[in-house]
Amino acid sequence: MSKVLIIAEHDGETLNPSTPKCVSCASEIDGAEIDIAVFAKSGDVVATEAATIEGVSRVLVIENDANDHALAAVLAPQIVSLAGDYTHIFGPSTTFGKDLMPRVAALLDVNQLSDIMEVLGPRSFKRPIYAGNAIITVDVPDGVTIVATVRTASYQAAGTGGSAAIEKVGVDAELPTHTRFVGVQVGSSDRPDLQTAPKVVSGGRALGSSENFDIIFRLADAIGAAVGASRAAVDAGYVPNELQVGQTGKIIAPNLYIAVGISGAIQHLTGIKDAGTIVAINKDEEAPIFEVADFGLVADLFKAVPEMTEALSK
Amino acid sequence: MKKILVGLKRAVDYNVRVRVNSSGTGVETEGVKMSINPFDEIALEEALRIKEAGNAEEIIVASVGVPEAQQQLRTGLAMGADRAILVTTDEQLQPLAVAKILLELVKRESVDLAILGKQTIDGDNNQTGQMLAALWGRPQATFASKVELDGSTAKVTREVDAGLETIEIDLPAVITADLRLNEPRYVKLPDIMKAKKKPLDELTLADLGVDVGQGLTPSVFAPPEERSRGVMVGDVAELVEALKGKGLL
Repeated sequence: MSKVLIIAEHDGETLNPSTPKCVSCASEIDGAEIDIAVFAKSGDVVATEAATIEGVSRVLVIENDANDHALAAVLAPQIVSLAGDYTHIFGPSTTFGKDLMPRVAALLDVNQLSDIMEVLGPRSFKRPIYAGNAIITVDVPDGVTIVATVRTASYQAAGTGGSAAIEKVGVDAELPTHTRFVGVQVGSSDRPDLQTAPKVVSGGRALGSSENFDIIFRLADAIGAAVGASRAAVDAGYVPNELQVGQTGKIIAPNLYIAVGISGAIQHLTGIKDAGTIVAINKDEEAPIFEVADFGLVADLFKAVPEMTEALSK
Repeated sequence: MKKILVGLKRAVDYNVRVRVNSSGTGVETEGVKMSINPFDEIALEEALRIKEAGNAEEIIVASVGVPEAQQQLRTGLAMGADRAILVTTDEQLQPLAVAKILLELVKRESVDLAILGKQTIDGDNNQTGQMLAALWGRPQATFASKVELDGSTAKVTREVDAGLETIEIDLPAVITADLRLNEPRYVKLPDIMKAKKKPLDELTLADLGVDVGQGLTPSVFAPPEERSRGVMVGDVAELVEALKGKGLL
């Protein structure tokens, strides 16, 4: 029987949508019993939210002042002491999970599986390598705890309506003090979150400047979309790093993705291949983005984008 | 701080379009250009800048892999590293095994700071730095976009999903480099000549006494499902109409 422990991602107040996506992945394992662990300074609110996710048996709450901010070095030994008879320990393939799960795996002396995109069996999974240019099947040997990150773009969030038991648990682990949280500079935005928004408008190098990027924001606002960017646009300093979409940025799966002035390097395409509908607006008709776009428009973006914004603002 | 260890992996060049081979047992590597994993180059550049600012004495570049990885180490020496260590193996080792090997090097060399790339662009695992830090029992600062050293501590700014997070870590520690940490320098011809005289030691797994154990071996390699080319629209009005027709706007 499979017993899965999912490490919740949250900001102390709300659960990150990556967590119910991990539950969806774990639910693909036949007959799996799924628990969620919430590490927090004070975890009641987050635990209550986690308990409503469909398919979850128990929510374990581990409260400690040291858990106020998610530091991998502090969380990993606590997860190890919870590992017990769990056959699988999952986290999301967000920066939170990518930072944490390898540390947990190494402490358990097991390899870690990154970016599960499909469950083939309790110990068999598919994952992408080479920026998604190859998909490999990985079989984990028997008797080894499976520590993994779940590629969140491959899964829809599990539904709500569940009523899992919430248990406060203590863990016996020595917590290091060698790593200290100083602060976080959160991109201030009232716009939808890039990772979970159903619609995303992204801009590339062709925008030419930070000021010009404004037309992307205006189109996004007109349709209630999140804003993304190619690596080139972020490298050029037009927008901050948290907007980067692609192999080394965010991997997203919106219903609608509008790529503006983005040529479509493979590293960018790997971040959007699960999008429902891809729209490309580019003045270069040879741009590789058109190879994957459901709708392509060869046009000067400085004319087409404001025109589209106006048409949709009416 | 005395010593910085930088990991350099030989990987398929960033610009190569990788394809799965016809037998589904791996990817085509025959005749493909190999380079230093780009994130590792950024890691080395950061180490060089730390040394140039007078905050480190020696930079060691290390690689684990086939004998040909010497080429990448020589490039690292040409960039400015002082010496190189190649741990040779024909096996395709996974992050846990590589972390165990790096741990052995870190201990032997009494390293104060290990800087690695956040991920390699072949396996896309994003694990080795975190695993090294865990096995070493030391701090990790992953996805670094800024590193400020202050005696026996470092303040590291990290690129996280929410924005930029800053943490403070005690040394020794592991830092993994993200894209925007710096822009690596170009290697100049005289430096390539000079690099040929710099020491490059070769070790085996047996020399280090590391048991790499059993990895997670992939059984099938398959090409990804391709998206097909859609339709071209003539103007914005047609595009808006098409998207409205699909209920997307």
